[in-house]
Amino acid sequence: MNVLQEAGLVAGKDLRIERRSRVTLQQILPFGGIVLLLFAFALDPDRGVLRRVAPGLFWVAVLLAALLAVSRAFAIEAEHGAHDGLRLSGLDPAAIFLGKAGAVAVQLAVLEGLLAVGVVVLFDVTLASIGPLLLATVAATVGLAATGTLYGVLAAGLRVRETLVPVLLLPVVSPVLLAATRAWEAAIDGVPGDAWPWVGVLAVFAALSVGAGMLAFGPLLEEA
Amino acid sequence: MTLLKPAMGRAIGWAALGALVVLALFGLWGAPPDAVQGDAQRLMYLHVPAAWVAYLAFGVTAAASGLWLWPRTRSMVWDRIAGASAELGVVFTALTLVLGSLWGRPVWGVWWAWDARLVTTAVLLFLYLGYLALRRVPAAPEARAKRCAIAALVAFVDVPIVHFSVTWWRTLHQDATVFDPALKAHIHGVMAFTLWFGVLAFTLVYVSLLDRRYRLAALEEDLDARELEQAIAERVAGAGTPAPRDREEVGVV
Repeated sequence: MNVLQEAGLVAGKDLRIERRSRVTLQQILPFGGIVLLLFAFALDPDRGVLRRVAPGLFWVAVLLAALLAVSRAFAIEAEHGAHDGLRLSGLDPAAIFLGKAGAVAVQLAVLEGLLAVGVVVLFDVTLASIGPLLLATVAATVGLAATGTLYGVLAAGLRVRETLVPVLLLPVVSPVLLAATRAWEAAIDGVPGDAWPWVGVLAVFAALSVGAGMLAFGPLLEEA
Repeated sequence: MTLLKPAMGRAIGWAALGALVVLALFGLWGAPPDAVQGDAQRLMYLHVPAAWVAYLAFGVTAAASGLWLWPRTRSMVWDRIAGASAELGVVFTALTLVLGSLWGRPVWGVWWAWDARLVTTAVLLFLYLGYLALRRVPAAPEARAKRCAIAALVAFVDVPIVHFSVTWWRTLHQDATVFDPALKAHIHGVMAFTLWFGVLAFTLVYVSLLDRRYRLAALEEDLDARELEQAIAERVAGAGTPAPRDREEVGVV
C-alpha cells in the first residue's frame, strides 16, 4: 500500500465515524451558523456593513469552527485506546497525518459550502469570479486542516488541550485568514486579478503546512 | 549547569549594567534632539535595540530547537536555551510594542496603527506566547522538549509568511532608515553612535539574562529530580513499617 492509499484508509475511518456520530453536522455546523447570526447582531445589518465585511466574517466563522473540528478529530482517537491502535497499525505516520488532515479538510469544505450559502442569504452577498474564489477556498482549507492537525496531535493527550490549541493555532493561521479574506473581497468586488496574489500566499501556506505536518506528525504521535 | 563560566557570567552582567548607564546618559543628554520629532525620538535608542534583541532571541530559540531535533546534537542544553531565549524574546517584543506605542502617540498621533510591521510584531508576540504556554504544560522532559522544538520551528517558519502577507495588506511604518543603502541616511554622529551603542548594550543584557534564566532552568530541573529521589527514598524506607494512611489503604484493599 502506498502513502495515499494508507491516507485514504485513515480519512475513510474518520469520515465514517463522522457519518455515524454526526458531530460536525449537528454541532459544529450549527455553531458556524449561530456565529454568522451573532455577527449580524454585533454589526447593524441595515447599513450595508455586513455586506462589505462579509468575507472576513465568513472566514472568522470558518476559523472558529475549524478549532472545533480539529479538537473533534483528536477526541475520537482518545477513546477506547484508539490512539494506541493508530500507533501500532504500522501505517506510515505521514499517511496518518494526510488522512486525518484530509478528513478535517472534507468536513471544513462541507461547512464552508453551507456557511457560504448562509453569507449569501443573510448578508446579501453576490458571489462572483467563482474561479479564484474556489481556488482560494481550497488552498485555505488545506492550510487550515493541515496546520490544525499538526497542532491537534501536538496537544493530544495534554490535559489543557482545549485551551492550548486555540492559543497555538490562531496566530499561526492568521495569514490564512488575512489572505483568504482579501482573495474573497477581490473576487466578490469583481476584480479577480487582485485575488491571485492572495491565492498564491494561500497555496504556499498550504504546501508548507502539509510538508511540516508530514515531517513532524510521526515524532509527535509517539509522544501523544 | 551553567551556560557561561560563573566569572564570565558575572563580567557580562556588570558590563551590561554599565552599558545601560552609558546608554541612558547618551540617550537622554549626549545625543541632540531630533530636528523633526524632538525629544520623542530618544525613545528610538530603546525601541530599536529592543526590537533587535527580540529578533535575536527568537532566532536563537529556532536555532536551539533545530539543534535539539537534530539527533547528533540532541541535548537538554538546547531545550533550556530555547525556552530561556523565547521568554526573553517575548519580554523584548512586548517592550518594543510598548515603546513604539509611546513614540507613535506624539509622532504619528496614534497609539496604534494597522501598519505592516506593527501587526507582524503583534502576531509574533502571540505566536511565542503560545509557545511559552506549551512549555508550561507539565510533561516528561524529553516529550516536552520535542513538542516545544517542533512548535518553535513551525512558529519561526510562519513569521516570514505573516510578515509578507501583512506587508502586502498595508504599510505605513517608515522603512528601515539606517540600513537602507539607497538612502545613505545622514544621521548626526552622536545619534548614530547612541543607536549602535544601544544595540550593543541590549545584546549584553540579553546574554546576561539568558545565562541567568538558563541556570534557573537547570536548577529547577535539578530540584525536580531531587524531590523525586527523596520521595522514592521515603517510600522505600517506609515500606517496612507502613504509615497509618498506608495501612488504611491496605485495609480497604
